[in-house]
Amino acid sequence: MSVADITPALSVQGLTVSYGQKPAVFDVSAAFRPRAMTAIIGPNGAGKSTMLKAALGVVPRLSGEVRVFGQPLSEARARIAYVPQRASVDWDFPTNVRDVVLMGLYRKVGLLGRITGAHRRLADECLARVGIEGFAGRQIGQLSGGQQQRVFLARALAQEADLYLLDEPFAGVDAATERAIIEVLKGLKAEGKAVVAVHHDLSTVGAYFDDVLLLNVRRIAAGPVEAAFTAESLQATYGGRLAGAHIDQLGLRSA
Amino acid sequence: MGAEFVQLSLTPILIGVLAAIACALPGNFLVLRRQALIGDAISHVVLPGIVVAFLMTGAIAAVPMLLGAAGAALVAVGLIEAIRRLGKIEPGAAMGVVFTALFAAGVLMLERTDTSAVHLDVEHALMGNLESLIWFSADGWASLVDPAALAELPPELGRMAITCAIVAVLTLIFWRPLKLSTFDEGFARTLGLPVALIGLGLVATAALAAVAAFDAVGSIIVIAMFICPPAAARMLTNRLGRQVGLSALIAAGSAIVGYVAAGYGPIWLGGGDSVSAAGMIAAISGLVLAAAARFGPCRHRLGAGAEAV
Repeated sequence: MSVADITPALSVQGLTVSYGQKPAVFDVSAAFRPRAMTAIIGPNGAGKSTMLKAALGVVPRLSGEVRVFGQPLSEARARIAYVPQRASVDWDFPTNVRDVVLMGLYRKVGLLGRITGAHRRLADECLARVGIEGFAGRQIGQLSGGQQQRVFLARALAQEADLYLLDEPFAGVDAATERAIIEVLKGLKAEGKAVVAVHHDLSTVGAYFDDVLLLNVRRIAAGPVEAAFTAESLQATYGGRLAGAHIDQLGLRSA
Repeated sequence: MGAEFVQLSLTPILIGVLAAIACALPGNFLVLRRQALIGDAISHVVLPGIVVAFLMTGAIAAVPMLLGAAGAALVAVGLIEAIRRLGKIEPGAAMGVVFTALFAAGVLMLERTDTSAVHLDVEHALMGNLESLIWFSADGWASLVDPAALAELPPELGRMAITCAIVAVLTLIFWRPLKLSTFDEGFARTLGLPVALIGLGLVATAALAAVAAFDAVGSIIVIAMFICPPAAARMLTNRLGRQVGLSALIAAGSAIVGYVAAGYGPIWLGGGDSVSAAGMIAAISGLVLAAAARFGPCRHRLGAGAEAV
């Protein structure tokens, strides 16, 4: 089955985002498959997070079209789950772990709907899936970095979405958390969900992901890891910032 | 604690309590959003708006004053944007310049205009006229069930009660969006929540509380109640619901204790005249905050990022 035969979980056309004079993301078009894990990689300041946020409407886009399972974003919000960067929120906020996970149910309970026992059980199941079921009542300011990341992932699971977008999910977490998160993400893929993650560790791209999008303001390359994640495309993405020796360590075939 | 208390102290205390709660409720979210100074800013901008509204209508009435305050807020936002862009300086500095300048303009306007017929002068702008909001026609607790006496309650009491009720109802209805967008704005946006509108609504609600309270109790209480009770409550609990409830209790307690201490404290201490109730109420809330900062159980951060703060 070729990529063209199925509706992409997420597609962006001609996406341009600017924070000032200089575009942060310029004219990027890409499609992300369902039942696959895609890494968005590129150097710092390449617009990886910005692209993700613009696709979700978190930051405004100058131009470009976004479709989620073939629908406009506004009609498909219930099918999207988002895991922001840990550092984007204030963990001193007065709330506990289960409460944060319950925020993932907002679209279901609405403004004044009751939080029922079933909702709480779902939240606790999501916490169990990420391996921190004992932390439901814990104040979020007492969590380690890895635990914070797991809470955010549990909140996304509670959204029961079809497309999971994660911004640097492995940044600054311990090895156990990284393993736990990748297991959850692989489980989502096995259920037929689409997973798209901004990723920064080039050495794990091959082991974790099926597809890759190389980004440096513009789209440099995209496709299955074995085809697109090459020494040439890395060189084109990172320029001189990536030493030849580093690329050699990745053990890539030369295209 | 008899007839004299009902006539002289009951209504000022109630008005103080309602004003304090109305300001403390939105103050919780402003403090958590690190926008606590917005409350300060609003209460400054409100002054010239109210003075202009008074000069145009010649009376102290709720609707023109609210409109005047809203107009002043719009002018302030426009000026801040202009200064920020033309001067290329950070928003905080632009805010500071605009709000103090507008407040000063309000003070000058007050001084140069004839406002002797009404309760509107520089002193009232700062400290309100809480002590003068007495219930003339009351002659004891029985007046609470006397329709004739009730009809002559100071109008500020009804106005403040309605404002406080509106603020409380808005806080309850929009609890989840407020909480979500305050904790994680990006995530709230992905849910389709109108984050900018929620932020604007919060500031507008704070402005409503500030304008209504300003008339009765002055800007000192307004500024103190936006920040002190919520900040103190934050250090007493780690749950948002409890924090907001506690902040209302602290605000109400500060108003009662402050009013009584201002009225009777100097006499108990052997002094003569009473001191400003508004000043005492604000000072009490500051003391509560200091005590919470020293002894509160939730002052410390334990998890990731603790060392970064």
